[in-house]
Amino acid sequence: MDAKERMMRTVAREIKEGMTVNLGIGQPTRLVNYLDPELSICLHSENGITGVGPVLEFDQADRNLIDAGGAYVSTLPGAAFFDSSVSFAIVRSGRIDLTVLGAFEVAMNGDLANWMVPGVFAAGVGGGMELAQKARRVIILMTHRDRQGKSKIVRECSLPISAKGCVQRIYTDLAVIDVSEQGLMLRMIAEGISVDEVTAATAAPLHIPEQPVPSF
Amino acid sequence: MRAKTDTIESAIARIGDSDTIMVGGFGVPGTPFCLLDELARHGQKHLTLIKNDANEAGMGVDHLLQNGQIDKLVVSHIGLNANATKLMNEGRLEVEFCPQGILAERIRCAGAGLFGFLTDIGIDTILAEDKPRVEVDGRELLLEKPLEADFALLHAYRADPLGNLVYAAAAQNFSPLMAMAAGQVIVETEQLLASGDLQPESIHTPSPFVDVLVELPMLTAEYGVLRRGR
Repeated sequence: MDAKERMMRTVAREIKEGMTVNLGIGQPTRLVNYLDPELSICLHSENGITGVGPVLEFDQADRNLIDAGGAYVSTLPGAAFFDSSVSFAIVRSGRIDLTVLGAFEVAMNGDLANWMVPGVFAAGVGGGMELAQKARRVIILMTHRDRQGKSKIVRECSLPISAKGCVQRIYTDLAVIDVSEQGLMLRMIAEGISVDEVTAATAAPLHIPEQPVPSF
Repeated sequence: MRAKTDTIESAIARIGDSDTIMVGGFGVPGTPFCLLDELARHGQKHLTLIKNDANEAGMGVDHLLQNGQIDKLVVSHIGLNANATKLMNEGRLEVEFCPQGILAERIRCAGAGLFGFLTDIGIDTILAEDKPRVEVDGRELLLEKPLEADFALLHAYRADPLGNLVYAAAAQNFSPLMAMAAGQVIVETEQLLASGDLQPESIHTPSPFVDVLVELPMLTAEYGVLRRGR
């Protein structure tokens, strides 16, 4: 199993029996491939679906059935279709138990920036603000550093934020970090990575527990 | 009750320059491609479009953008259409971004005859900068105003001549809300059934919201499953 697969399996353990879950566009969506098939969960998609099933190949696709990322999907028994107002009533009223989102930056207080890089990327927010602000648990799945090697975990977001203090846990290629009232807490570390390497790659104070940190 | 069917030419000819138009659809499902192509052919200018997204390059709304017919978009994102992003960056297209559920609710609000609603969505973000703030029971909230339009252009899977509508699967999205919020609602339908052939309990949009129905003789390639290499 390679490092990425170990990371995805670790994140997938967040998704528990009976949860209503929204997976963000991109890498988070691929978490469905790492779930225990026996697990009964309800996947919500912003465009008006609960009970989203596996992605379909071209020749099986239904032209009227995509997820919010545009992938042709199936539905599971018990699925429902509804309009966009109902879809976001589900989000804003706290019915989403867990959302997994990508990020450009996460601050040590849990502020999330994942929708805009002024002058570079400003294509709009979609449903991201509502998910970040209202899902009961918000976890981030991202690379620890950007393409220039800069830490995406920061003291304060420099980019426009999506929501304040919303992130509870960060999963990266290097570590699993909790956002707590005491600050950032190192919880797990990728196999073959040292605590010093994680600390050096993180541009915010990181609390290291006294007992050994488990690896993934 | 009177049948609302009309030709696509005469339906789109109702739209004038500088009108505000809501367009159903989230990506391909629900986008009324034939109505949009007809609007591109008629060439009305200085339009404001309200839609979840700007479709993809070379499809639907993009034809209107390429024709220079649109002055302003009100959307939740334009991430799938690089042409729209380019026009925006060049200052040739005004774009107002709304969180997706707030866009839906602003449309629903107008459709329900209400004058606004209060929310905390986006309150700590740059999207809140120009929005009025209201304090209720010690809590500061944003006032979101209704979004209404002169026209809505929608795609239905099935309709009857009175204008009762059924949408397919994820093609529902913004359409039932837009059907309530526009002065005139123009609907293209894949199937036109006889009055009474739709189950009353299956109807998503009831007939009072619909003004004009256009039966599509066939679906163009844009409605089909697209190979994108995803």
